[in-house]
Amino acid sequence: MPPPTDLRPFLNRRNFLALGSVGLGAVALRPAKARELGGPRQPYGDRSPFEKTVRTFGASPTPGTGASRTPLQDLHGTITPSALHFERHHSGIPHLDPNRHELLLDGLVDRPLVFSLRDLRRLPTVSRLHFIECAGNSGREHLGRPGETAQISHGLLSNTEWTGVTLRTLLNEVGVQPKARWLIAEGADASKPSRSIPLAKALDDVLVAFAQNGEALRPAQGYPLRLVVPGWEGNTHIKWLGRILASEKPYMTRDEAAYYTDLMPDGKARWFTFVMEAKSVITAPSGGQQLDGPGFYQVSGLAWSGRGRITRVEVSTDEGKSWTDAELNGPVVPKAATRFSLPWKWDGSETSLQSRCTDDTGYIQPTRQQLLAARGINATDHYNGIKAWFVHRDGKVSHA
Amino acid sequence: MLKYTLLASGVLAALVAAVAAVADAADAAPPRHDVGRPATASDVRKHGFLVGPTGEGLPRGSGSAIEGRTIYLERCASCHGARGEGMPHFPPLVGGQGSLAGPKPVATVGSFWPYATTVWDYINRAMPYQAAGTLRPDDVYAVTAYVLAMNGIVREDARLDEKTLPQVRMPNRDGFVSDPRPDVK
Repeated sequence: MPPPTDLRPFLNRRNFLALGSVGLGAVALRPAKARELGGPRQPYGDRSPFEKTVRTFGASPTPGTGASRTPLQDLHGTITPSALHFERHHSGIPHLDPNRHELLLDGLVDRPLVFSLRDLRRLPTVSRLHFIECAGNSGREHLGRPGETAQISHGLLSNTEWTGVTLRTLLNEVGVQPKARWLIAEGADASKPSRSIPLAKALDDVLVAFAQNGEALRPAQGYPLRLVVPGWEGNTHIKWLGRILASEKPYMTRDEAAYYTDLMPDGKARWFTFVMEAKSVITAPSGGQQLDGPGFYQVSGLAWSGRGRITRVEVSTDEGKSWTDAELNGPVVPKAATRFSLPWKWDGSETSLQSRCTDDTGYIQPTRQQLLAARGINATDHYNGIKAWFVHRDGKVSHA
Repeated sequence: MLKYTLLASGVLAALVAAVAAVADAADAAPPRHDVGRPATASDVRKHGFLVGPTGEGLPRGSGSAIEGRTIYLERCASCHGARGEGMPHFPPLVGGQGSLAGPKPVATVGSFWPYATTVWDYINRAMPYQAAGTLRPDDVYAVTAYVLAMNGIVREDARLDEKTLPQVRMPNRDGFVSDPRPDVK
């Protein structure tokens, strides 16, 4: 029995001719409605008005302070559009004039120097893909209050092509003295956030970036200059970068000697816990989405590791009973988000979807139970546990 | 023939030495681009104070907890509470000592922060929230002294300056450990 839209039974010769003459006659008699002429060119493009996905954030008495989250469940590939990169500010987004903004490098250096943006653009530049993840991303998962959507649970993660000068290049210009072991980086926004970063990391892969996905940084991402500290907690990637001071020891700033530390059950806190460990999340199907009924779906998500390259992502579609290797959609870049996918046929029964990744150090993404056993309940930063989405019989996908 | 061989080996030795010298130079430092201008004292001053745990970068000055109380009530209490107890969205500055290993840990300047210099540095760079940069160094010494006094860390009439502030021993000074991760294997 063919479906009702199947026209084959009508396409014998007699019916076809009759249909043709009626159809042509009708069209010829009535003036055709012209196809609508499209809109004008635009100097700076907008997305389609049909596309509505946005960053989300809660109300606050200090609107310039706090976080907004990337809608991971609505994005494709690995690059986070600049307008949707997550935000975390401590005293609002400053309005900095690139013709006046300067970067000072001083402290234990032979030649303290000031660089303008024009100076920096003359130097050799590099472009590199890297994720930035806030240390507090998924903290509520740690507390046992799983996020309803991928945006709520994992949206303090974004992935960008950054362009700038390597910090190594700038340090070579100023000549770091042998006694220096740390660099103190400082922002030029109202609260001037500051962090101490080991010199060894700076010489390895840190960037002083002025561009994001091919254009100047967005103001919310540090315009005109920010630090990118690949794989390390977002707070170290100082935005609106104004000064770097070379020092023998760390300066014990608020954001390293009080905040961004992890309190253990014995009352001791871990500090300088820089690396964001290997983590993954399924973005489709994910919490808040609706399946159209049993049948084929592609399971897809993101995996990343602050220690290096993602080598494997396994997906379970049967509540963790069995795990199947997902495909890594290359290129797989170290300290950058990797898209993974797995074909899946939903049989209509209740189940859960989970992903777990492995990086090139052999580290395997842990479960929440393993993290709680190692760290207790209070260490909510740097959480990287496996995330489950629950598929219900009616096709709803939820966090619980 | 011998002469030529000696000459050739001499040239070879010189070449090896030259290559080694270039390699050494490359290891030491690549050539500079000489971009950027020398920083002046005023460039450094413009950025303000960057304060380390043994008092690096602290400006000369002083302030007492008694002076600090007046400034605190005027400029800080509207968010952090009259006694440093905090408010929704604004963290408490006082209390929590002895709570860190318990079921409800409260991390404040008094219970958690390991260095008094961090308190001075943070107040100086970021507070008051809506008017950062308006406190003078003496004001910052005074407010720091008052916050520490509210926590019982210094006396209620204590006066702090660039010499004495780094010597204040915070209760949780030994409360931190280095990163042992990966801690799940």
